[in-house]
Amino acid sequence: MTVVRRPLDQSVLTIPRGQTYIIPQRCKGCRFCIDFCPKDVLEESTDINSKGYHYPVVSAGKEEACIQCTFCTLVCPEFAIYTEEIEPETL
Amino acid sequence: MCPREIVVSDHKLDPILRSDRLPHIWCPGCGLGPAMACFANAIQESDIPVDKHVCVSGIGCTGRVAGYLNVDSFHTTHGRAIPFATGLKLSNPDLKVTVFSGDGDLFAIGGNHMLHAARRNIDITVICVNNFNYGMTGGQLGPTTPYAARTTTTPYGNPEGPLNIPHLVAALGAVFVARWTVLHVRQLQKAIAYALNKEGFTFIEVLSPCPVGFGRPNDLGDGIDEMQFYRQQSIVDDRAPLESVGIDMSKESTLVLGNFVDRERPVYQPMGTEPPEQREQTAVYHPADPEVKAREAP
Amino acid sequence: MSENKEDRHVLTGRHFMNGDTACAEGAMAAGCSFFGGYPITPSTEIAERLARRLPEVGGVYIQMEDELASIASVLGASWTGARSMTATSGPGFSLMQENIGLGAFTETPCVIVNVQRGGPSTGLPTLVSQADMMQARWGSHGDYPVVAYCPASCQEMFDLTVLAFNMADRLRTPVFVMADEAIGHMTERVVIPDKSGIEHVVRKRPHAGPMDGLLPYEAEGSMVPPMPRVGRGYRIHVTGLTHDERGYPATDAATHDQLVRRLAGKLTRFAPEIIRIEEVQMEDAEVVLVAYGSTSRSARHAVTILREEGLPVGMLRLITAWPFPGDRIAQLAERGCRFVVPELNLGQMALEVERYARQPTTRVNHAGGQSLTPDQIAEVAREAMTCAREKSWSAITS
Ligand code: SF4
Ligand code: SF4
Ligand code: SF4
Repeated sequence: MTVVRRPLDQSVLTIPRGQTYIIPQRCKGCRFCIDFCPKDVLEESTDINSKGYHYPVVSAGKEEACIQCTFCTLVCPEFAIYTEEIEPETL
Repeated sequence: MCPREIVVSDHKLDPILRSDRLPHIWCPGCGLGPAMACFANAIQESDIPVDKHVCVSGIGCTGRVAGYLNVDSFHTTHGRAIPFATGLKLSNPDLKVTVFSGDGDLFAIGGNHMLHAARRNIDITVICVNNFNYGMTGGQLGPTTPYAARTTTTPYGNPEGPLNIPHLVAALGAVFVARWTVLHVRQLQKAIAYALNKEGFTFIEVLSPCPVGFGRPNDLGDGIDEMQFYRQQSIVDDRAPLESVGIDMSKESTLVLGNFVDRERPVYQPMGTEPPEQREQTAVYHPADPEVKAREAP
Repeated sequence: MSENKEDRHVLTGRHFMNGDTACAEGAMAAGCSFFGGYPITPSTEIAERLARRLPEVGGVYIQMEDELASIASVLGASWTGARSMTATSGPGFSLMQENIGLGAFTETPCVIVNVQRGGPSTGLPTLVSQADMMQARWGSHGDYPVVAYCPASCQEMFDLTVLAFNMADRLRTPVFVMADEAIGHMTERVVIPDKSGIEHVVRKRPHAGPMDGLLPYEAEGSMVPPMPRVGRGYRIHVTGLTHDERGYPATDAATHDQLVRRLAGKLTRFAPEIIRIEEVQMEDAEVVLVAYGSTSRSARHAVTILREEGLPVGMLRLITAWPFPGDRIAQLAERGCRFVVPELNLGQMALEVERYARQPTTRVNHAGGQSLTPDQIAEVAREAMTCAREKSWSAITS
């Protein structure tokens, strides 16, 4: 028999979720947001912006993965990406 | 299910930035942007109204921060941001004055002012971005350049030892001393917000990549590589003995981060001027100008 | 208590005080509420007096760590709306030059007193000189407007300090009081009028409240833009870089040229208000002594001596040294006057007189350390008079 330990309040626990907003023109392609996103939400675009940089996009299949940690918002040197909290997911 | 990314033309921090001046002049992979973002967020989070915030910078890459923030801001002469800020703060104690400048500006050409503002415990916050070199002029030796590091003016390696900034500023009497890197954005923002709300001379050193001036000539690679270096080599230790937190940036070295000092000391108060809560409404005297007869309450 | 405080600003009455003290009292009467300074002979008494006086009225006195910090703190204080000043002497004045340029370029009103002593370098700390006159005009790099007054008595240390604050606020620029050790350290009668007798120019402010689209460096046709105060929601940006009307850095040559010309143009536009001269026995003068500061006291006496001998000699005293009252000099030259310029340097303002007179002057110089005596000046003027009458002017000026 497998014993799975579950928190007693699991039914009311929520994980915050975020929606990603991007300003492609501002990006200078430093990859800070991509490499340090704890959920690997982001990847480089295949397109380039007018300055020639690959800006971040949400990877396929990661649409719901952002946990609204706001790391990318703070670390982006160009003010080119931010997230907004959306309806949380209940476990 | 949410859409993937949404493309927009404005950033949510734009109201606190002079967004009509973006993109800024900083290089790709430079750490100044995150340092400024943390400060901008901390301003919004602080208990102080945005209109009472003033940012004063000196000269250099970091000196440009004042020009990108949408608060009353001053881009002064090289090294003199702290005394300029001192004049602002003493003359209008209702202001929250933050000096945001670089290690060369604050500790080489402006070192004497750092010494005395901390000693006096002037009620200002100083954010010092340390990128280990003079970036604006193209990567020359600075007061924080590690021993043996290569810069354009130390082509055979730096013969000097660098300053241990937190150790120095703590010894000078600052009431809050912290060090974070621009990778540690959450802790950095918290430290800045805390410093803004704390009375007295508060100080935060921010380690930041300068790929152009320092990273590439010293085999640290691009901005992202130096960020990886911060991730691998940093330890957080608020209690670290400060004499041991010097930085040499060698591959195996440790970067000690933390909120090292948090203490109370009497804050500088000019003789004859009362603390804000007891201040007389006649403190500024302009006989012909009723508008200036009284200082505004905070 | 507040009543009492206001009364302490203006020490109305007749006093016997030294020049430095009178200068400090002038600052008090003008409503100065911030002094950032560093002790230096022979200006220290100004700091000492204000260290006592400012706290009496809730003003700020702070002794900074050096003169670089002093002037920077004074500029910062000015942006809060305060009238701010510092006082120094040659070595400190040299250290202040970079930020004087910042003050002029960012249009930050303030008053800087230089009680001149013997230079260069540490020179003669306790003795008189007037050798910083050209430094006052050209000390910081670049082209920028300079206003400088030269007090010749303790009374003028008071009066011209008040005027300096008013002119600083009217023009939005740093203004110098170029005193000298002899005036700073002499003690004389000083009459301080009551509050209503002290002129007070109010700094021009943006008429509307904080608003979007305020152009903090738009001069509105008067050459002097209104000056917002910090902490009022204007969210101004002030930079020592070349800037446009928004205050934002600009890197184009056209903006730079326009800005530098506007700043310099303030002096031309307001010259009639800025320039003050005193003329002594000038109606029929054939030889004119052009003098300023303590040297003008000897020159005045020299005029008396020469007039007793029946020689038509007069004095033009520069109360304003910068902008230089060149038009008046040119007029006098036109009239046929010859100029003798006594000063405690090797010939600085003499250069300016020559520029406008379009003729050589006779100089009476001492590098500093002692005053020129009336006899010394009279002797040279007498000789100049003879040469002028014999039309052999070149003999004396060569
Ligand atoms: S908020 Fe956090 S999880 Fe979401 S995309 Fe940004 S870094 Fe990744
Ligand atoms: S952090 Fe900003 S500039 Fe860097 S890649 Fe991401 S969006 Fe672009
Ligand atoms: S030179 Fe260095 S510090 Fe300056 S903008 Fe470039 S990367 Fe940043």
